[in-house]
Amino acid sequence: MKWGRLLAFLVMVAAVLGLTVSTGPKIWKSIPLGLDLKGGVDLLYAVDTPKGHPLDSTGKAALVRAIEMRVNSLGVSSPIIQLEGRNQLGQDQIRVEVAGVKNQQEAVNVIGATAQLAIYGSAKIDPKTGKIVPVGPPLATGADLKSNAHWVVDQQTGQNAVAIEFKNASLWTSITKRYLQKPIYVFLNGQLLTNPVVEQVMYTGQSEISGGNLNTPQACMDLANELNAGALPYPLTLESETSVGPTLGAASLQRTLLAGVIAVVLIFAFMMAAYRMAGLIADVALVAYGYLTLLTFAGLHVVLTLSGLAALILGVGIAVDANIITYERIKDEVRNGRSLRSAVRIGNKNAFRTIVDSNATTFIAGLIMYIFGGEGDVRGFAVALMVSIIVSLLTAVLFARAMLLTFTAAQAVKNPWWYGAPRGVVKSREAKV
Amino acid sequence: MKPRFDIIRASRWFFLLSGAITVAGFVVFALFGFNLSTDFKSGSEVQFELNQRVPEARVRQMFASIGLPLGDTSLTVGGIQQNVVMVTLPEQLTAKQISEIQAAEHRFFPDAKQDIQVNSVDPFVAQQTARKAVYAVLAAAACIVVYIAIRFEFRFAISGIIALLHDAFIVLAAFALLRRQVDLTFVAALLTIVGYSINDTIVIFDRIRENLKLEKPDTVEELRSVVNKSLWQVMNRSIRTVLTVLIAAVILYFFGGISIRNFTFALMIGLVSGAYSSIFIASPLWVAWRSRSFKKADGGDQAAPMAE
Repeated sequence: MKWGRLLAFLVMVAAVLGLTVSTGPKIWKSIPLGLDLKGGVDLLYAVDTPKGHPLDSTGKAALVRAIEMRVNSLGVSSPIIQLEGRNQLGQDQIRVEVAGVKNQQEAVNVIGATAQLAIYGSAKIDPKTGKIVPVGPPLATGADLKSNAHWVVDQQTGQNAVAIEFKNASLWTSITKRYLQKPIYVFLNGQLLTNPVVEQVMYTGQSEISGGNLNTPQACMDLANELNAGALPYPLTLESETSVGPTLGAASLQRTLLAGVIAVVLIFAFMMAAYRMAGLIADVALVAYGYLTLLTFAGLHVVLTLSGLAALILGVGIAVDANIITYERIKDEVRNGRSLRSAVRIGNKNAFRTIVDSNATTFIAGLIMYIFGGEGDVRGFAVALMVSIIVSLLTAVLFARAMLLTFTAAQAVKNPWWYGAPRGVVKSREAKV
Repeated sequence: MKPRFDIIRASRWFFLLSGAITVAGFVVFALFGFNLSTDFKSGSEVQFELNQRVPEARVRQMFASIGLPLGDTSLTVGGIQQNVVMVTLPEQLTAKQISEIQAAEHRFFPDAKQDIQVNSVDPFVAQQTARKAVYAVLAAAACIVVYIAIRFEFRFAISGIIALLHDAFIVLAAFALLRRQVDLTFVAALLTIVGYSINDTIVIFDRIRENLKLEKPDTVEELRSVVNKSLWQVMNRSIRTVLTVLIAAVILYFFGGISIRNFTFALMIGLVSGAYSSIFIASPLWVAWRSRSFKKADGGDQAAPMAE
């Protein structure tokens, strides 16, 4: 028995279990669950299509894509978008369900709102309301801008501002020429934002807007996002707003999680029954796999949906498979008459190539699904699958191997029975020795 | 594991079995189509507000009482107080049905806050998701072919992809035959099965490739025996791996939420099929194809005794 090696092995096991028990629950809670698992907010919009032009399938696709882009900019993914029948006014309706009720107000704002930026040459005070209103047609609007608006701090004034760039630089040149030394009026959603005096003619099409409520970095970034999200193909009017339960049912999630725990316990027991000490090492590696995968999900802000969970189950299968392949190879080598230590070494080496080839193929499948899957469920599955495979290579292959080699080097057990070899094999081996 | 019987020699029975299931599935599909949920089929959404937290069982009773049984995923609860019922039905409701539902609502929930509202639902988006999933799987299959062709050889690549498509077809056939509902969770299951199938097949091809390097078969008989030996060598691993994932799927099927039963059911069929097809379909296919080049090289006089 080599106590140093045994201690090193025990430290590895303790580190995994300690980390998982102490920070695992917190990480699990920080992973946002999708609409199907946790519920969210259900928004029903009416689509204002021009008169006599009902929504055709090109229009539908454009609208759905625009909404998906907006929902994704909220940092949540996999919205459920459904086209529904007409309302009483004969308008098409579209239902958008977004996970995470926390974002309710933000979701309503971002999905339905188009940031209407308009620049006017003159304005007056409305005598009735006392508000400043624009006069005449706008000189330019948000539609004239490139979608690369971003937050900047003005070099001279130190003010927060949004940098904008005109699609057509000559438009901005002609406006600044016409209004040189005169004020222009920048309106955002009908409210005067700022009325700067044009100091010089601008030839590059680049400019900055600032003033009014645009005084914090957050406000600037929000406006930049709204400008970049671009115009919706059709204006939307919010008709109703409800919070909804999970489509897969709240009671259902509890039961499913419990079933998941039972399944994991059974898999652990199965591995220990089949491979004894080596099975136990595989189980510790599986704990590390689960922990690291969830940590990666939390880090990437992945929203966990049913398809993501499906990929995780597949990942468990792939991780367990890596260990089973290795252990069966070790058994083969023991059968061929190798000593336990060299059987472990050679078995690991032989198994590694197989595991890399099979995992690389599955990873390619995930990558291609990611590229061709579009937004939503298919992509969510692909991301979870790719994360699972990489983490499985790190834990179920590299980490499990380190544990197995250290434990073997400790020589705490000498009988290959502890690695899952049947008794008969052991006897014949001892007979040879 | 010791070889129990010659898998390659018996392969025609496995081809026959898989072929029969697939053909039966196709026939049922052609005659009756899939049993699609509202995810994929235009239907109606019925919504009403209660004065209490929604009792799901009673809502299901209410719809069953007028001959509209609810699918596992068709009932969603909404509202801050969880008092809004949202039900999707896979058909366009007639005026008569709507008034029946209204009457049933009054009967089952006399103090309900609201009369029912009925909207029609367009499955446009779910159909798009399913279409994207099909494109994604086909594109993935094409790239896998290229990868396996480089790492192994072209014949392995095609045999592996046939096994992958086989598994997808078996699950589709099972759903058509058993009239199980095809909903959006089915897409996730199908992607999982495709991932498992290809992973499992490669492990087995890898062992065949390794043994081919060691033994270098010269005749069709030797080739068959090398492959047969390889299959039995990995049998233990294949059974144990599929058992661990099946444990997860079976437990989730029986003890998990009802709403993911279609998903876990598809998973169970697909995992078994994925493990089965790697050994009993993909490998014999490869042998059959590879043998042809032997026969050509050997000439006609050798081919006769080899033909069965």
